[in-house]
Amino acid sequence: MTTLKSKDNHIVSLLVANKPGVLVRIALVFARRGFNIDSLVVSATSNPKFSRMTITAKGDLYTLDQIIKQSGKLEDVIHVSEHTGIDALHRELALVKIKKTASAKAQLSKIIKKFHAHIVDESSGALVIAQSGTTEELDQFEALLKKFGIIEMVRSGKLVMALGKEPT
Amino acid sequence: METKTQKSMTGAEALVRCLENYGVEYIWGLSGGAAIPIFDALVGSKIKLILVRHEQGATHMADGYARATGKPGVVLVTSGPGATNTVTGIMTAHMDSVPMIVLTGQTISSMLGKDAFQEADIFGISLPVVKHSYLVKNTNDIPRIVKESFYITNTGRPGPVLIDLPKDITSGPFTGTSLDPEMDLPGYKVSNKINQRDVIKLAKMFKGSKKPLILIGHGAVIAKAAQPIRKLVEKLRSPVTNTLLAKGVFPETDPLSLGMLGMHGTAYANKALIECDVILSIGSRWDDRINGNNAEFCVNAKKLHIDIDPGEIGKIVKPDAYCLGDAKLIVEELVKHVEPLDTADWLKELDGYKKQYPLKYSKAKGLSAQCVIDELYQLTKGKAYITTDVGQHQMWAAQFCLCEDGNKWISSGGAGTMGFGFPAAIGVQFGKPNDLVVAIVGDGGFQMTLAELATVFVNKLPVKVLIIDNKYLGMVRQWQELFFDNRLSGVDLEGNPDFVKLAESYRIKGVYINKPEHAAERLKEALEYPGPVVIHAEVIKEDNVFPMVPAGKSARHMIIEPPKVKLEKPTGST
Repeated sequence: MTTLKSKDNHIVSLLVANKPGVLVRIALVFARRGFNIDSLVVSATSNPKFSRMTITAKGDLYTLDQIIKQSGKLEDVIHVSEHTGIDALHRELALVKIKKTASAKAQLSKIIKKFHAHIVDESSGALVIAQSGTTEELDQFEALLKKFGIIEMVRSGKLVMALGKEPT
Repeated sequence: METKTQKSMTGAEALVRCLENYGVEYIWGLSGGAAIPIFDALVGSKIKLILVRHEQGATHMADGYARATGKPGVVLVTSGPGATNTVTGIMTAHMDSVPMIVLTGQTISSMLGKDAFQEADIFGISLPVVKHSYLVKNTNDIPRIVKESFYITNTGRPGPVLIDLPKDITSGPFTGTSLDPEMDLPGYKVSNKINQRDVIKLAKMFKGSKKPLILIGHGAVIAKAAQPIRKLVEKLRSPVTNTLLAKGVFPETDPLSLGMLGMHGTAYANKALIECDVILSIGSRWDDRINGNNAEFCVNAKKLHIDIDPGEIGKIVKPDAYCLGDAKLIVEELVKHVEPLDTADWLKELDGYKKQYPLKYSKAKGLSAQCVIDELYQLTKGKAYITTDVGQHQMWAAQFCLCEDGNKWISSGGAGTMGFGFPAAIGVQFGKPNDLVVAIVGDGGFQMTLAELATVFVNKLPVKVLIIDNKYLGMVRQWQELFFDNRLSGVDLEGNPDFVKLAESYRIKGVYINKPEHAAERLKEALEYPGPVVIHAEVIKEDNVFPMVPAGKSARHMIIEPPKVKLEKPTGST
């Protein structure tokens, strides 16, 4: 049986055929077992025949084991594996929009520097800050920005890549 | 292949040529607008098109054919309702791992998703019940998709494949270079290798066992593992039990066979399940008909599992050892590594249970379903193909029609589909034209697909249909009697037709039985008749199937005789 590494928060990485309907097939495997998907990233790979899906979800290990086996069975899934922060890099990107005031910008510069974030837009009375990092770093950054009044925030969802020369 | 003719082919013609090349003998189908180009291409083909009266019938015919012959059954329907009518049959095949290819016509590509006339998103609707599916976007992809479909449907764990074919794709010109192109399936791997270490680990688990039990499932039928299983059983001197779908892989007439286990299995098979110290499942998925309560399942036994599907390992039962792969290859290897066990006491104990709790019925109160089915068995002795629907008649047939060949018992197991038995028998008869094929069906199920009597008549198929008519949806009535204070709700089939006259209106012979003393003689007359026969057996209305393990309970809670006290409502699914 698959040896699963983490307890509640799971990151599942799938290499899939770049075909219509693949996302639905995989989503059905999760949905049928009552697993709620927290984040889902589908993106191109260096080979146009395949796409990469990175799914984070919460749930019990038994169900996750079933999900990995059932999605691995799908004809369009080339490879499926579970990753944690220990054996893999994980990154997210956030865009945060806050109200632009003179005092805010001055106070922000320290936080922005600390989190290696960037102001990417300053038009029409708002500041848009881009930050990339781990989920925890994004959470901390968001908490610090709250007092400035967040208008909206968009997060990319988690990307994962295995450490070392082994492919994800 | 001749490139000359290919130049002027349509997509539909290329499709039909491919199907011919894969040895398709029959297509079961019903036409409609979006499928006309495909039906047109079948004119003059060596494939015989069988026109059914309802698409569900077509799928069950293809299913019966596939289970009897091992070849995929092919279905062809139109878009919209034609396609959605196949869903029950696809799900039935999916649950029982049956190879089947379902071709659905579809509206033209440019109208997809625009609520065109007879448009249904059958690709989306069928996703949870197919092994794989295609929506064809390019006429030149047809040969590759057909090739992949035939490969996928009948390798690994078999299952249905759906191909949705927009009308412009089938009527458009095929300009591809080959009808036998390369497949493109990087995510689909079928391995013929087995892990030796896993086999040896399985073998070691038998060491010192005094009470072994071998549990055979449908995977053993699919893998054609009967011969190595016999060798394994004889070497170990182990008793054998089988699931509903594995009847006959190991002959149920053999002294080492305990017959079917589970909810309505034999008392002795269930006793063995309670007491065994090691249990080896060969291609069963430990499903809830045999394992109502996992916490109490075979508590004293080491659990061993052979399965081709990694998703089945640990799904229900956490095995102490397992081996992934083809059951035949694994068991052949396993035989070499096991040593004979001393099971004399165990077999003696089980023989005691066989004598103590035989399957039985009475002829005193009129004609019982068991009596008719037993008489049928006495006349056929496992030589006939038997198909069934789902319900009481199915369980009685499983109890009394002993099997000696795994392919001759064809029943809707996982899905429990009413209306399956009769069309499945038609499919079997197409595949096995010289064999005796008997559908044992209930009065409820038969009325769901009886329109196929016309298909039987037109194709001169000598199928025998035995209707066990108790004028109830009997299994539900049994539950309502036992667990719901006999508050009957939605089970009374008042208004049943005169089934003999019904058959005669289709120009089919009808035979009527309502007394035990007539059963043998009239069944014999029916079975010997050279054409199709509908046998209407009017049986005792209120009879129950025993033994019974209530849903959600372990085999320990088996009810062997009709209970005298009120029973709790079952907690299991159904």
